[in-house]
Amino acid sequence: MSADVPRVKGGLGQSILRKEDQRFIRGKGNYVDDIKLPGMLYLDIARSPYAHAKITAIHTENTLKVPGVLAVVTGKDLEAAGLAWMPTLMSDKQMVLPTDTVMYQAQEVAAVVADSRYAAADGVAALEVDYDPLPVVVDPFKALEPGAPVIRTDRKEKSNHIWHWETGDRAGTDAAFDGAEVQVAQDLYIPRIHVSSMETCGCIAHMDSVNGRFTIYMTTQAPHAIRTVIALVTGLPEQNIRVVSPDIGGGFGGKVPVYPGYVLAAVASIKTGHPVKWIEDRSENLQADSFARDYHIHAELAASNDGKVAALRVKTLADHGYTDAAANPSKFPAGLFHIITGSYPFAKAFVEVDAAYTNKPPGGIAYRCSFRVTEAVYTIERMMDILAHRLKVDPAELRLKNFIPPEAFPFTSALGWTYDSGNYAGALRKAMEIIDYAGLRREQKEKRGRGELMGIGISSFTEIVGAGPSSTFDILGIKMFDSAEVRIHPTGKVIARFGTKSQGQGHETTYAQILAEELGIPADDIRVEEGDTDTAPYGLGTYASRSTPTAGAAASMAARKIRDKARRIAAHLLEVNPDDVEWKDYAFRVKGVPAKSKTMQEVAFAAYTNHPPGMEAGLEAVDYYDPPNMTYPFGSYICVVDIDPETGQVKVRRFVAVDDCGTIINPMIVDGQIHGGLTMGLAPALYEEIQYDESGNIHGGTFMDYLVPTAIETPHWETAKTVTPSPHHPIGAKGVGESATVGAPPAVVNAIVDALQPYGVEHIDIPVHPWKIWQILHTRTPTF
Amino acid sequence: MIPPEFEYYAPHSVDEAVSLLRRFDGEAKVLAGGHSLIPLMKLRLAQPRALVDINRIPNLAYIREEGGHLKIGAITRTGELLDSPLLRKSYPILTDAAQEIADPLVRNLGTVGGNVCHGDPGNDLPACMLALGAEVVAEGPKGPRTLAVSDFYRDTFVTALEPTEIVVEVRIPKVRPHQGNAYHKIEKRAGDFAMAGAAANLILDGSGRVESAGVALTGVGPTAILARPVAGALVGQAPDPSRLAHAAGLAESVAEPSTDLRGPIEYKRAMASVLTRRVLERALARAKGGG
Repeated sequence: MSADVPRVKGGLGQSILRKEDQRFIRGKGNYVDDIKLPGMLYLDIARSPYAHAKITAIHTENTLKVPGVLAVVTGKDLEAAGLAWMPTLMSDKQMVLPTDTVMYQAQEVAAVVADSRYAAADGVAALEVDYDPLPVVVDPFKALEPGAPVIRTDRKEKSNHIWHWETGDRAGTDAAFDGAEVQVAQDLYIPRIHVSSMETCGCIAHMDSVNGRFTIYMTTQAPHAIRTVIALVTGLPEQNIRVVSPDIGGGFGGKVPVYPGYVLAAVASIKTGHPVKWIEDRSENLQADSFARDYHIHAELAASNDGKVAALRVKTLADHGYTDAAANPSKFPAGLFHIITGSYPFAKAFVEVDAAYTNKPPGGIAYRCSFRVTEAVYTIERMMDILAHRLKVDPAELRLKNFIPPEAFPFTSALGWTYDSGNYAGALRKAMEIIDYAGLRREQKEKRGRGELMGIGISSFTEIVGAGPSSTFDILGIKMFDSAEVRIHPTGKVIARFGTKSQGQGHETTYAQILAEELGIPADDIRVEEGDTDTAPYGLGTYASRSTPTAGAAASMAARKIRDKARRIAAHLLEVNPDDVEWKDYAFRVKGVPAKSKTMQEVAFAAYTNHPPGMEAGLEAVDYYDPPNMTYPFGSYICVVDIDPETGQVKVRRFVAVDDCGTIINPMIVDGQIHGGLTMGLAPALYEEIQYDESGNIHGGTFMDYLVPTAIETPHWETAKTVTPSPHHPIGAKGVGESATVGAPPAVVNAIVDALQPYGVEHIDIPVHPWKIWQILHTRTPTF
Repeated sequence: MIPPEFEYYAPHSVDEAVSLLRRFDGEAKVLAGGHSLIPLMKLRLAQPRALVDINRIPNLAYIREEGGHLKIGAITRTGELLDSPLLRKSYPILTDAAQEIADPLVRNLGTVGGNVCHGDPGNDLPACMLALGAEVVAEGPKGPRTLAVSDFYRDTFVTALEPTEIVVEVRIPKVRPHQGNAYHKIEKRAGDFAMAGAAANLILDGSGRVESAGVALTGVGPTAILARPVAGALVGQAPDPSRLAHAAGLAESVAEPSTDLRGPIEYKRAMASVLTRRVLERALARAKGGG
């Protein structure tokens, strides 16, 4: 790029305002619940009060007497149609409705269809179900004990053990531990949490029996995959299935799974011949939709006396609820937990995970995290601090001593993953400088002298996103490429469609910016569409920070295909040989005579009005991008907390986040992603948790009890960047949606544990409630 | 989250409202700010046959000193407590409390009458009113009556109010010289129920000793709790720091918390004393003209 050439308006690196905010901030978004079809009916769901019980009878008489109620659907009705169970993404199976046994509190028991939302709710309230309670298993460790009640009696295996998964070198790791100078070990529990997106889940299903078309408007992050699954499960011809994902109010992984409600709406539409709307309420969303995390981790780290890490050994028990309905790529039952070796060059590592059934809702979704990366990053970043404390070295110093150096990239980890690029020390040093790390340590020393509790916590995370290369990544066999279809109209305006689906990420803006840069057309002249399977090219959807690494790359590649053809048109217009024309400074220029040029807009007009003889008219391209590798965003976060020694309350005084997501497309959107992600990372560290009592009753099933942080709890986030482009992505971008969610929790916990060093604390499980700290302060004697 | 069908009335006078409550004979609920009632209805935990919306009744929202009292109208929004210069100057305990009631959206609608008479042990104003020795004025079929707040709270969501009565005013003894008060609670998150809270009101005599004291606790029992032993340990005493700490320590024995998502019993008990000491210190500073 010549320095004096003005940048294309809305190109890469510009903080242009989000195109989608024109409608969002005016309340003119078009969400599923905004859509009303003629003759539409409403569906509501009756749910189980028990965590485990036999259904002995369902009495529908009173429900059917409620004015406006048209039908009740039960498990027996579905069984007759072969639809009582549905497959999960992890090759397990899940009930649409139970035929005889409920497996968790708030499980769907029956669906009521009515001519109004109110009548449907009254119909649910009038439904009488007789239950015979069964023994409940809530603790996954107890679930695996001999003699534990078997939850899934439908399976051949009479046990609550689902699967065992392992990776790495067991013998080599054991040997490294045997010879290690220093070993630290810790149990870490990452509790069950919920994505709590602003918009709950829902759909409108419409089976048009006249023309044979099935249309479903639904809250899904992956409309194309849903269409194919519907085709395969139901046998409906795929061209007659249309999945529309309109504006989505937050997904965070929670809108990847297929929930029973979607299927019930479809069944109800087939049964009634009307469009049927199902919109879950907040309690249903929190109580029954997929959970995240719930990993019981035992981690061990071996190192030398001088603080060089050597080996990592991790054993984990995953609580999956009553079925494995996790949303991972099919070959990865524990997601990308492999990234647990983090930013450090472990020589050996061994990781194993066992999964168990319990009487809880299913899930295991990738909550704003590329498949178990949050769990992995939390583990390694906590363990690094535990090692630092054991060796009595500063946690920053320990990290700087161990980081994989920039020159070692591409770097293959002990678990066999090739990190594309990184400069970990650069990010940490920048964060330390911004926050004045040395000054904070001095202040802390003074405060400890006075018995005050102040802590500084670091998290130097490495992410793995952008699933993924087709050699390794698929969902139910469908490879995890993604796509862009770009069409330039005669007047030089563009429509571009993608296989991904924004849920608030700002794709309409960022994809337009990539195309603006590649095509020399202002972002304002580029319209981006996603989410309608009738019009968008096939793709696997948006989650796991994959949109920029896959569909964003496809945008670049499609634009470059267009440029190939456009260059030939430009040569025709310039009356020179195509080889003498180059794309430079947003125009096709005659080599050596840059003033002699044609813009993309001029070429576009010619493509329809004056294209070269023998060439097809038009200017468009499609690209299905198969990424050669994952991308590995990283960053270093530093959190400062002050703790009230009488109440145990934690105040986050400062939080500096230095992120490196490679090339930045829109700095404002990236910062927005990071602000939101940091808040979602603060949440499990201090507030959010779904608990169950021993009867399997959910605690935290409404926003009265499930505490999502508000603006009052959220500190002022201080953000900064380093830029280390991905060497294999067309524009060097890596993806950023999840970095902060993944990186923030250990920074907060490390700061709290650091503050409590005088009390000899090595670890506190999240969420760190004030009373957990208070109990430490009141049971231990400090050595200030 | 959809309530069953109910009837809705919007009377324009207290008499009209009372006659509606009589007509439904205990099956109607008064709707003021609605921030406790509507969620209960959506969860179908409350299923009133009718709502009597008192928001259109004139002259029920005011904050004024009159005779020997500070009088607050029942549908005064809690946000108005926060905005009142009179309260900030003379009754800062109410400014403290208003600041800690949930968030601005709730404060803009939630009412003083509703907060006081709902009987939720997590509400902030009951402890303040107990500490201040306030009275509730209710209108019912038999005319108005005045109830001492100290005798008002019977159990969680159970008060001395009859189902056919409406709270129209809360009365607080008018501020005296050398009086100071304060309120503070701790929550896991803004807008959550308190883990614990404490309210204190102190009046000093000419020699600087405690002439009268009112101390009450939020969120550590089935109702807001008047901590009489704490006040008893202060009256007639010089309020030096060790005396305040000793008296505050007695709050633990008054608290009757239970273990729940807001913490274990022993933590809440300890916090009752920590917060009591803190509000006593602030109340004392204010009584001395500071704070």
